[in-house]
Amino acid sequence: MEALLFWVFGVVAVIASLLVVGQRNPMYSVLILIVSFGALSGLYVLLDAPFVAAIQIIIYAGAIMVLFLFVVMLLNIPTEDPPTGHHARLLGGAGPRRFGAVLSLLLVVELFWAMSRLQPAPLPGAGTAGSTTVYDIGIKLFREYSFAFEATSVLILVAMVGAIILARREPHA
Amino acid sequence: MPEPTLNSYLLLSAVLFSIGTAGVFLRRNLITILLSIEVMLNAVNLTFVAVDRYLGAVDGQIIVFFVMTVAAAEAAVGLAIVIALFRHKESLNPDAFTSLKW
Repeated sequence: MEALLFWVFGVVAVIASLLVVGQRNPMYSVLILIVSFGALSGLYVLLDAPFVAAIQIIIYAGAIMVLFLFVVMLLNIPTEDPPTGHHARLLGGAGPRRFGAVLSLLLVVELFWAMSRLQPAPLPGAGTAGSTTVYDIGIKLFREYSFAFEATSVLILVAMVGAIILARREPHA
Repeated sequence: MPEPTLNSYLLLSAVLFSIGTAGVFLRRNLITILLSIEVMLNAVNLTFVAVDRYLGAVDGQIIVFFVMTVAAAEAAVGLAIVIALFRHKESLNPDAFTSLKW
């Protein structure tokens, strides 16, 4: 059962992410990315992490994606022009883009080479001594990581002020 | 069907991260580039949670919490920059923004 769910969620996440990257219309990209986040949330449940699964839906799908959706609708963004001329071929584009494509291909090869060298490591069964609860997370978050937690509030404040300053219409004296 | 091991989760995470990287390098739309960054962040989150489960620790989930906070701040500032850029040039093609000052 767990194996089947892993495959279903994994395949949905990969296909949805591919569609996000492959879309020319950013509107569809944003909506499909929510599907990918939902599948990842399912994987977190399989991994015995209900807290992460919940905040994945609440923060990512609920807050960040809505922010993206607002901006896409606010700007009335044109769909990306289909590539023309020498841009049409994936590896034949402008110099920087060709360089980027080669780099990302290199990363893929590197990652899979590293993966192939790993010994198979079975996960401990659910509900064993190692499994964690939201209680453990809360205790640790507010004891060992309390400074980092407080620091994030400053980070969010700075991001909020920065976003307002950046997106403000410049007063034309 | 074999039970998923740590390796299967790491492999899935690697695939998602590669898709995100390819998106950042190959797309010519600032919004899609930001979305690809979110895909990469999620791939890393999956690694954190999977290794967390493998080690029976809780620290990875706390790191994921912080990653999400940073992702929210990044999305807010990034989108504000996108709005400012779009006002100036009526375009979201990163190749349109080549001058530091205008």
